[in-house]
Amino acid sequence: MDDQMRIDFYKEMVRIRTYESALQANYHADKAPAWDIGAGLIPGEMHLAAGQEPVAVGLCANLVQGDAITGPHRPHHLALAKGVDMKAMTAEIYGRDTGLSHGKGGHMHLFDPSQHFSCSGIIAQGYPVAVGQAFAFARRGTDNVAVAVAGEGAANQGAFHEALNLASMWKLPVIFIIEDNDWAISVARELATPIKDGSLRAVAYGMPAQRVEGNDVETIYEACKVAVERARAGGGPTLLEIHTTRLFGHFEGDAQAYRGDELAEAQGNDPIPAYESRLVKQGVLDEAQVAAIKDEASAEVEAAIAYAKASPEPKPSDVYLHVFA
Amino acid sequence: MTATVESAAGIRRVTTAKAISEAIAQEMRSNPEVFVMGEDVGAYGGIFGSTGGLFEEFGSARIIDTPISETGFIGAGIGAAVEGMRPVVELMFVDFFGVCFDQIYNHMAKIHYESGGNVKVPMVLMMAVGGGYSDAAQHSQCLWASFAHMPGMKVVAPSNPYDAKGLMISAIRDDNPVIFMFHKGVMGLPWMAKNPRSIGAVPEEEYTVPIGKAAVAHEGSDVTVVSVSMSVQWCLDVAESLEGTTSVEVLDLRSIVPLDREAILASVAKTGRLVIVDEDYKSFGLSGEIVATIADKDPRLLKAPVQRVAYPDVPVPYARVLEYEALPTRDKIEAAIAAVMTA
Repeated sequence: MDDQMRIDFYKEMVRIRTYESALQANYHADKAPAWDIGAGLIPGEMHLAAGQEPVAVGLCANLVQGDAITGPHRPHHLALAKGVDMKAMTAEIYGRDTGLSHGKGGHMHLFDPSQHFSCSGIIAQGYPVAVGQAFAFARRGTDNVAVAVAGEGAANQGAFHEALNLASMWKLPVIFIIEDNDWAISVARELATPIKDGSLRAVAYGMPAQRVEGNDVETIYEACKVAVERARAGGGPTLLEIHTTRLFGHFEGDAQAYRGDELAEAQGNDPIPAYESRLVKQGVLDEAQVAAIKDEASAEVEAAIAYAKASPEPKPSDVYLHVFA
Repeated sequence: MTATVESAAGIRRVTTAKAISEAIAQEMRSNPEVFVMGEDVGAYGGIFGSTGGLFEEFGSARIIDTPISETGFIGAGIGAAVEGMRPVVELMFVDFFGVCFDQIYNHMAKIHYESGGNVKVPMVLMMAVGGGYSDAAQHSQCLWASFAHMPGMKVVAPSNPYDAKGLMISAIRDDNPVIFMFHKGVMGLPWMAKNPRSIGAVPEEEYTVPIGKAAVAHEGSDVTVVSVSMSVQWCLDVAESLEGTTSVEVLDLRSIVPLDREAILASVAKTGRLVIVDEDYKSFGLSGEIVATIADKDPRLLKAPVQRVAYPDVPVPYARVLEYEALPTRDKIEAAIAAVMTA
């Protein structure tokens, strides 16, 4: 792996973290003193993916624009890494007319057809949709692939298993990714799934699989590379369970009392500072470059938020538009 | 019995099942993006004949048998549709929607809206509905109102072969998800009760029947009978038997979403009397919606209280005597017409 690629990994992870940190601050800023989830410039639920950036960045470095992703309710890292426009996405999260969906979707329902990106707030239901996208790619003779991403809780849903079975039966170019962040809201993985290695589930569908430990962007990149290349070459689907870390709550406002000591431990395993010190130590980056990367990310994020805030809201009567094409 | 029957006049008459499969075949010939997916749609030809002959012509690449995996393959249909293909997906019985409704109402129906109009889902989801043959509670429902209640899906339910072909072609060409409900009794199946109106004249060439337009199936001036799907056939039988005594106008809705409210209002404005015949459950459904349509516009259009011949709010039973107590039948329709005429 060349140094430029490693720098790009770092940059993209910083970009995503900077974005979500700013979103988090803005989300809470106007919900005080009496916290009301529906108040403020960013209303509604907010699921942040801090800690899971290595998954999105390692995956998307293997993808091109024509490849598809279906993401879950925690989608920002995947959307940004896939290339969804930050300004349009931010405007959507702010409920503005300039947003990806003119304010009809919000943060759990981001759609960017130019990047073949979508996400869904319903656990595991993006897996079958990705199978259909892969079906279309294969029928048209392209070498594009579809990637379905959801958490380890989603792997207990029927939709996950139906999708794996179909994709394997039809040998479709799909990469199924389980982001194992140890928690399905407040239910720990060991209370929900009787096996420690979720990639074993692929045995039931005759599918190659791997569990990826370490939450390291380079390891994840290499694992995804094998799966994506297999899919592009017509070798069919792969299941990857990637062990990652949820640094924040399930959603903003989640006090996380259920995590106990594990929370501090998780926060001590933040993948971005770890990668940063590794690259600095190895001489790939110096402190000045690190600062420049962070400044660049902040500038982009600030511009996106300013764009969203300055954008008009949709007309109330637009509620009636787009039920049908 | 074959699907195609030559009438005395030499005009081709076919079953509704044949009309549907012919519509799909013609669209598949002209558009390579159209394909069919579902359980037993391949060599079997669809449990109710909706895909008869397609496998022989198009093969397994485009007529795709699926595992019993409705969430999986309906979701896959959605994925193919958002990439611009035009899947025709069969859910064998509407009653099976319980295992896959998330894909239907949270994804198929909502993606266009959630995306602010940027992502289309041009997909047909066809399914068998209806009872009358002792298939009991989990294989006999109509449920069109359950789908119609949730925004984002068009819902059609033809009563005859001509409309079935034209509506299927419209559905495949539509840029929206369309729920296409075929009543088993309408299909003209050789292994069910023979309903003469389930075989009819159907042009061989392609044509469309517009989604959202009702049809006056029998003109009349004394009373309006609004119905859809199989029950339209019973309404026509009654209307014909009453010719000379009561002039019955039978309005075949053909589509439930969009509902042709103008056609309902126009007919009721003419007759002043309304009977609604609906094989779906009575409460919170189509028949109530039709009454509300009149009440919202002008309740004074009515000269008499409305009569609703709808499926009572009970699950569908097995024993024939029990099921027919609940189903809309010619006797009940005739009694309802008599009631509004004498009120």
